[in-house]
Amino acid sequence: MAVLEILTYPDDRLRQVSEPVKQFDAALQGCIDDLEETRLAGPGAVGIAAAQVAWFQRVLIVDVSGRKKTGNHGHLILVNPEITEWDGFAIGREGCLSVPDYTGNVVRAERIQLDALDRDGNALCFDMEGFEARAVQHEMDHLDGLLFLDRLVSRRQDLFQRKVYK
Amino acid sequence: MSNWYMLTLVGKDQPGIVARVTTALFEAGSNLGETSMIRLGEYFTVMMMVRSDAGDDALCSVLQPVVDALGLVLHIHAIDGGLHHRPIPDVCILVHGGDRAGIVSQVTSKAAQAGLNILDLESDVGGTESEPIYILQIEGMATQGVESVEKALAPLQADGVKIDVRPIDTLIG
Ligand SMILES: [Zn+2]
Repeated sequence: MAVLEILTYPDDRLRQVSEPVKQFDAALQGCIDDLEETRLAGPGAVGIAAAQVAWFQRVLIVDVSGRKKTGNHGHLILVNPEITEWDGFAIGREGCLSVPDYTGNVVRAERIQLDALDRDGNALCFDMEGFEARAVQHEMDHLDGLLFLDRLVSRRQDLFQRKVYK
Repeated sequence: MSNWYMLTLVGKDQPGIVARVTTALFEAGSNLGETSMIRLGEYFTVMMMVRSDAGDDALCSVLQPVVDALGLVLHIHAIDGGLHHRPIPDVCILVHGGDRAGIVSQVTSKAAQAGLNILDLESDVGGTESEPIYILQIEGMATQGVESVEKALAPLQADGVKIDVRPIDTLIG
């Protein structure tokens, strides 16, 4: 296991589109373990995408279970994730391991339905909402070479935010 | 060693203020840090952190032609530190209601006692001349917790004033 170097903006490699995982072998397991160790070494990250450590396969990790009053599905390793349904939208504040010292408002779907594979290639399906759904959308952007900076909306738009769904 | 200055510029709003000010600074070799530029009433206000190795006298003379041409008021003072000291806000306070004298003072005083450190505040008056409404948005750090701020502000919520305190959950991923 190893803590890997995290690419930081404006590194061009963050723009690279990641390839689907085809083989669920020992090499994949090792990379996933390194990715998780790297996430845990960072400053309170609830997720990480493989592309952030220059591993350009469609793998991400999300875990919002450490947060109070936040609905979640626990610690998730998601391979080849696909969002199959979107519903609603919400503005929320985001930052990124790859964009140090900056946070901004981003609009995301409030609820999503997600298909993915686990680390052994078994099919997964989730209905997600709120913070967890936001985390997955943030990480999936990395797999397509997008950053939250590409989706910034004004800090002055909070007034138009509906009361947060609890 | 780089030197940071806080520049304040205020003047009647007109096209080209930002362009001319920043061009003059750029051509003099200075760099911008965090800035806030916004129109308040008929006036355009600029506050910005500027890094320059030339000194404040030089900054002043670089900007003088623009200041004279656009009728701006300029203030410069040297500041400590620089970039990358940005605290992350963890609470947002939204206040709105019929315009009420002293509401900003009351909200911010109670909140300060409850540990709020304000990072960003903006307020506006909307509605009509005869029935103005007041809107106040604050972002800050609740050093004694969000609930402490919420509790402190609850008694102010009366006479048609609505106060909403909610956490800002910043997602890092
Ligand atoms: Zn990110």
